[in-house]
Amino acid sequence: MPEKQKVGCARPTGGVVGQAKERSGVDAAEQPKEGKKMIQVGKPAPDFVAPAYHKGEFTSVKLSEYLGKWVVLCFYPGDFTFV
Amino acid sequence: MSVDSVFVHKMWNDHELSKMVKGGVPFQMLSDGGGKVGTAFGVYDEDAGVENRGRFLIDPDGIIQGFEVLTPPVGRNVAETLRQIQAFQLVRKSKGTEATPSGWKPGKLTLKPGPGLVGKVWEVWKTDMARD
Repeated sequence: MPEKQKVGCARPTGGVVGQAKERSGVDAAEQPKEGKKMIQVGKPAPDFVAPAYHKGEFTSVKLSEYLGKWVVLCFYPGDFTFV
Repeated sequence: MSVDSVFVHKMWNDHELSKMVKGGVPFQMLSDGGGKVGTAFGVYDEDAGVENRGRFLIDPDGIIQGFEVLTPPVGRNVAETLRQIQAFQLVRKSKGTEATPSGWKPGKLTLKPGPGLVGKVWEVWKTDMARD
């Protein structure tokens, strides 16, 4: 389940589980382009880790820790927007 | 989940959303700075630098059962999302012996797929059931 995170000045980011961290500069150009996988119903959701805020705490959420439960995952354009 | 940081999520929850929902947002507000997760789900708009309104239903085995993606100006219908979850849960509980026809909602007729139903759907399911 989501674990509590220490609060620091860095902006933590998550990412897809198993995907190599992005390298910067010249190295990045040399990296082979991964074939883009399409999302498909009936197929596994890509696992990911993401920092989160929940009831006064900063946490870290891993999708695969929710196996055994139904999950609704919602994306939206931005905080403080209108719709 | 959006590209905003967890700090902005906190401000939005504390200063606005908690005024709409008592006690604030009851679920995890996820941050996807850079859009890596959104890219994996096909909802990150690289040009705008934001995620579109993607909504994914993921079952207890981690399988995506359904999704809907809208561009930013149009909001979702929560009732339809809940209806789909109820339908998928019913189908799962029946171990695939029942299916929910168009327009199904809790309490309405389900179908039991099998050789006996071929060519006979018209006898039990009427087109106006798709809409009410």
